[in-house]
Amino acid sequence: MEKSINISLKVWRQAGPKVKGEFETYKLDNVSTDNSFLEMLDILNEGLINHRKEPIVFDHDCREGICGMCSLYINGHPHGLDGETTTCQLHMRRFKDGETITVEPWRSAAFPVIKDLMVDRGAFDKIIQAGGYVSVNTGGVPDGNAIPISKVDADEAMDAASCIGCGACAAACKNGSAMLFVAAKVSQLALLPQGRIEAAHRAKVMVAKMDELGFGNCTNTGACEAECPKAVSISHIARLNREFLSAKFKD
Amino acid sequence: MAKKQESTTVEATKIDARIPAGPLAEKWSTFKATQKLVNPANKRRLDIIVVGTGLAGASAAASLAELGFNVLNFCIQDSPRRAHSIAAQGGINAAKNYQNDGDSVYRLFYDTIKGGDYRAREANVYRLAEVSNSIIDQCVAQGVPFAREYGGLLDNRSFGGAQVSRTFYAKGQTGQQLLLGAYSALSRQIGKGAVKLYSRYEMLDVVVIEGRARGIIARNLVSGKIERFFAHAVVVGSGGYGNAFFLSTNAMTSNASAAIQMYKKGAYFANPAYAQIHPTCIPVHGETQSKLTLMSESLRNDGRIWVPLKKEDAEAIRAGKKKATDLSEDERDYYLERRYPAFGNLVPRDVASRAAKERCDAGFGVGNTGLAVYLDFSTAIDRLGENTIRSRYGNLFQMYDKIVDENPYKTPMMIYPAIHYTMGGVWVDYELQTSIKGLFCIGEANFSDHGANRLGASALMQGLADGYFVLPYTIQNYLADQIQTPRMSTELPEFEQAEKDIHTKIEKIMKIQGDKTVDSIHRELGLIMWDFVGMGRNKAGLELALEKIKAVRHEFWTKVYVPGVSVDLNVELEKALRVADFIEIGELMARDALMREESCGGHFREEYQTPDGEALRNDEEFSFASCWKFAGEGKEPELLKEALDYEFIHRQQRNYKA
Repeated sequence: MEKSINISLKVWRQAGPKVKGEFETYKLDNVSTDNSFLEMLDILNEGLINHRKEPIVFDHDCREGICGMCSLYINGHPHGLDGETTTCQLHMRRFKDGETITVEPWRSAAFPVIKDLMVDRGAFDKIIQAGGYVSVNTGGVPDGNAIPISKVDADEAMDAASCIGCGACAAACKNGSAMLFVAAKVSQLALLPQGRIEAAHRAKVMVAKMDELGFGNCTNTGACEAECPKAVSISHIARLNREFLSAKFKD
Repeated sequence: MAKKQESTTVEATKIDARIPAGPLAEKWSTFKATQKLVNPANKRRLDIIVVGTGLAGASAAASLAELGFNVLNFCIQDSPRRAHSIAAQGGINAAKNYQNDGDSVYRLFYDTIKGGDYRAREANVYRLAEVSNSIIDQCVAQGVPFAREYGGLLDNRSFGGAQVSRTFYAKGQTGQQLLLGAYSALSRQIGKGAVKLYSRYEMLDVVVIEGRARGIIARNLVSGKIERFFAHAVVVGSGGYGNAFFLSTNAMTSNASAAIQMYKKGAYFANPAYAQIHPTCIPVHGETQSKLTLMSESLRNDGRIWVPLKKEDAEAIRAGKKKATDLSEDERDYYLERRYPAFGNLVPRDVASRAAKERCDAGFGVGNTGLAVYLDFSTAIDRLGENTIRSRYGNLFQMYDKIVDENPYKTPMMIYPAIHYTMGGVWVDYELQTSIKGLFCIGEANFSDHGANRLGASALMQGLADGYFVLPYTIQNYLADQIQTPRMSTELPEFEQAEKDIHTKIEKIMKIQGDKTVDSIHRELGLIMWDFVGMGRNKAGLELALEKIKAVRHEFWTKVYVPGVSVDLNVELEKALRVADFIEIGELMARDALMREESCGGHFREEYQTPDGEALRNDEEFSFASCWKFAGEGKEPELLKEALDYEFIHRQQRNYKA
């Protein structure tokens, strides 16, 4: 049932990539607990605009937890404290009346801040461009049922493929590693016969690109899995490592 | 009744859709066999702009680059993977007949035409059904993890408006997986340098030189700079205009601006009134809500829709004195099963939405607002067990729980219709070319295949059909004549003028410095659209809407406040530019709905219904696609008509009862 709460927000404001940022504090009263976290920020922004102030910039789009556009470190956790939740799916009923909520952008060397809470995650696209695909052109492919795939493999590939590319894994990692993101794609395609052919090569080029772009190494702390809004498992990292090693042995 | 049902007496301004002659089943192969092609050496010399990276845009950009064209691809988000196609849940149709349940290309074609209430072009829809099978093959080859049976073959589910199981799916995330497939193909071409990607860019205008589209003007959303881009042809796949309603299932940046700019440069806008209100969305919670969330139509495979049979029970539930689970079977009205025995809970979306509205308007609605009906899984859970239901819809149930804070395994979901998809869009001919040469429009942004109502799992099919298998052919028929055209300078006066016009418009908005936020004006527009141009429309309401929209336009251009400066990252300015165009499309929708004095598909005029409340078409007078031609700012647009002659199908009153 609907009720409302009063909150304080400590929000990171930063005018541009090369400018020093700082926290600003805002008070917001009578926030309906049925509102989503981003709707709460909309209300805050509407108030700022009405006071002739610049609204807080943050990334968001689908607002149903699938596009991966929203980010935000909320009270020290990417996408907030709720498990398996993106920021856009987080609701104000998860916060207490009188609570102070700290909101920061992703903090990762490979994701520079653009403005306020918006960061540049183009590095993820570059990793996919390096090899996160099956090399087929449009047309001339066999019938969809020509290659049976075991349900177990298809389901596991689907679990890996549910990654939304939001970057929470890299933002949560103390090393700033993108291993879970890379592993999800490598693992999805390695599990399917269509992707098997290029599996070793794919692992090698994607890892190389990840290193080149300034992401750190994986030391198996598991923070990525714990914070992943889609619960992508670190077992995929083990599969990536297998593919990577087999590629290296072949070299 | 019509004198001759298969043709129409509409005196159409002859708009030539350039449909190939010959039998229906041979039109597309005839076209492909006789069209002009561009040889590989010449492809390298031709530039194509593709605006949008959804299913249509990404698949087109990737396929065109694979063929050897130079592609410039524009993306409004930070990454092509975030286009709103990603949010499609339920599935994609194809006429594979893997289930041996009687499906065929013809049946998919027929269901789609009937589902669209006989307001789509036969030739386009047949082609769509024809290429549907190749889409599934293509996606499997890309590594899309479709659901499979234990034997390793592809699984199917049922969707509304069909009596066969032809829908392929990847859990409740089919759109995501198909988009990531197209995104991977696109990424491969970007990696090779065949596609140049411009992310966080928004198209603000199309540049027309000597009657042909030759480029676009776009705003770099990070720097705020306005930039010019040349190409030999421009392809726009910018999605639909549902956000004119403010609250919709569209993403926050989904907008109509590219389409409206094309319209203002001379491209016809067709059937703007055809908007789809989706029956299964999470009901509105309050005034500060920013968007609506869809619950996939696939849920109607196993969920049963009902309201209390007695008004007292509905009132008690609204007051919080009773719960859904307190009502026994005989106290429930499964109204879809009652009214439509043959299709039951799987009637098409327009029918299901109107039936929900009818029950709620009659006082049987639930939830604290009374604007909700139940979608109940208890029968399915009893029959199949909770685990099976979880494996089919787990992510949807989780999404519902997060938003509403109720466990749908234990209590029925509450749902209500919401604006979801727009069938209308930029007019295109059979070759997906607009009325401006060299300007193509694909996916939801065009009007082509869904008539007055789209069937579930057909949007993904159409987007990918356009991008993978139709446009890469048809665009060559145009480009074959352009191989002698050298790349043009963006210093040409047409580019200069287009950019200047945009600067003028932006400065005008920045200077208003009024006291209304962009969102508050957008919200006002949305309420007008929902109240008068929504599920039930009538003459008086639409006339009132036109007046009210005029007032909103005036308010916008005199009272809007946009903070900051224009040459910088400025989200409020982006939104203001979009809202200015939503006002235009809102007016066009109301105008079109007022003109169309019949009910068909998603367009329901209350004056035109059968005695039992079904949509009543008027084929005699309205069997045409309405094509609106821009006549200048402040002037009434001109209505042109493309007659819809049904050569191959016998038109009927749509019937989902028996």
